[in-house]
Amino acid sequence: MPYTPERPALTESSEQLRARIPGWGADLNREDRPSVPKLDRGEGTGVPGEFPERQPEKWPRERSIEHKFLTPVFGTSCPPHGLSGALRKYSYRKYSEGRAAHWLLLLGADRVDAWEQHLRSFLTLRPDNPITETGVLSEFTRHGISSRFGKKRADVKHQWLDPFIVAGPWLLMAALVWSVVRKASRSRPARRTELAN
Amino acid sequence: MVYRGPYKVRVEEKDMPVIEHPGDAIVRVELASICGSDLHLYHGMMPDTRVGMTFGHEFIGVVEEVGPGVRNLQRGDRVMVPFNIFCGTCWFCARGLYANCHNVNPNATAVGGIYGYSHTCGGYDGGQAEFVRVPFADVGPVVIPNWMDEEDAVMLTDALATGYFGAQLGDIVENDVVVVFGAGPVGLYAAKSAWLMGAGRVIVIDHLEYRLEKARAFAHAETYNFAEYDDIVVHMKKVTDHLGADVAIDAVGAEADGNFIQHVTAAKLKLQGGSPVALNWAIDSVRKGGTVSVMGAYGPMFSAVKFGDAMNKGLTLRMNQCHVKRQWPRLFEHIRAGYLKPSEIITHRIPLEHIAEGYHMFSAKLDGCIKPLVVPNAG
Repeated sequence: MPYTPERPALTESSEQLRARIPGWGADLNREDRPSVPKLDRGEGTGVPGEFPERQPEKWPRERSIEHKFLTPVFGTSCPPHGLSGALRKYSYRKYSEGRAAHWLLLLGADRVDAWEQHLRSFLTLRPDNPITETGVLSEFTRHGISSRFGKKRADVKHQWLDPFIVAGPWLLMAALVWSVVRKASRSRPARRTELAN
Repeated sequence: MVYRGPYKVRVEEKDMPVIEHPGDAIVRVELASICGSDLHLYHGMMPDTRVGMTFGHEFIGVVEEVGPGVRNLQRGDRVMVPFNIFCGTCWFCARGLYANCHNVNPNATAVGGIYGYSHTCGGYDGGQAEFVRVPFADVGPVVIPNWMDEEDAVMLTDALATGYFGAQLGDIVENDVVVVFGAGPVGLYAAKSAWLMGAGRVIVIDHLEYRLEKARAFAHAETYNFAEYDDIVVHMKKVTDHLGADVAIDAVGAEADGNFIQHVTAAKLKLQGGSPVALNWAIDSVRKGGTVSVMGAYGPMFSAVKFGDAMNKGLTLRMNQCHVKRQWPRLFEHIRAGYLKPSEIITHRIPLEHIAEGYHMFSAKLDGCIKPLVVPNAG
């Protein structure tokens, strides 16, 4: 115990552990473990000092301003587009990774992107489908109830909140639209009455 | 698969990936898996996760096409691909820090390139697909040895290597008491690896009984369900004779349960870069002067981490994305020796067309799911 200098005793000796657990102590010698960060062992897998050939930049590729230049190789998935793209490009152009604004703008752009793509999907032959895309049917096929209850799971305590968080933005938007429509419909007859007088 | 926004994915036809750089290869995916850290993307926690992106950084497959600069691979080779994308020549790669490669991620300098892991990690499509572009194909992928089972191989592309790395960063010496927070794949492998490094006692903490059962059977660990205790930190002190563990490994990351306020502000409302409950428990449970190894994935946003306690206790905090390829030679030896059988933790095999159900099942922890494999062309 820590109040005296002796270490607490272990219930099993190294010999007992070696007999019980396959491979126990195989890497006791730290030299047998792969090298760890910050050790310069010259293990580079390429040609030292060689700068890779550059991948063609097919559109102005957004990059962190902490980089000196566009890295020679980069991903080409999902080029920025629409309002979310403008937010993303602004965030990369304006803020370093050290600024919270950079990450908050990107997270905001992610939400805008989801809405943009969701609305756009209604103009296609394959609109978003909350049943198939959330995989919620697995609640019925993968033991949704018996997996959760009577299992002492910590997450069950806060799951009542999930529907509010998922449905909340939709309900807020619906309330906003409803309020705007009501205001608009109320203001029109009033104007007509004024004109009649 | 493509991401459609938080909690939504679907399968759709995308353009075939093409060779965009002389060092590229196109790989036809044979097996992929869903990683716990994919859930951070799925839940909308990782900044710059774009609708339309394909996830998946754990995969194996067959080389379909190679760029003109590729020398070490040819069409038809069956390869395992480390989740890190790295050039092999930059300042960091030259020092073996493949996860920190500086030549592959224009979007950030704080993290390297990762397949299917948002634009914060370079904007590369991932392997939960039929085909995937593999940059620097001469550097990352390795031909799967004939003796290796393909399901073991896919576990080596991230989860096993990361778990082993987590134990390695703990700097375990003989008879150390090691506590692992999280009995998911990485936690299970970290616990198993701690024994290889000579731990005297390995404790695993989680709240899912089926995962704790796996920790006992697969990793020979002593286990505690934190949901059964008012305060798991106090319990950890009690079971270590009030000293604390010598090494604590956080194998949970940004989606930690166990604290209502942290969970709501972080995992649900995204006001933090993650819920650091597991990390804070690790800091509190380790002894003064001990080591905390962080293998759980966290995003770039700030999180309310108990740094003052870490400072006052004189802890060593070690962390990084795993440099997967560096772990392989030693892990190959352990698998051949029979010390590790990575595929033992796989619980589900899901056809690619059912991936939405797979994500929901894994995210909601249904059906005893520990590690789901994704099988393209399963039909």
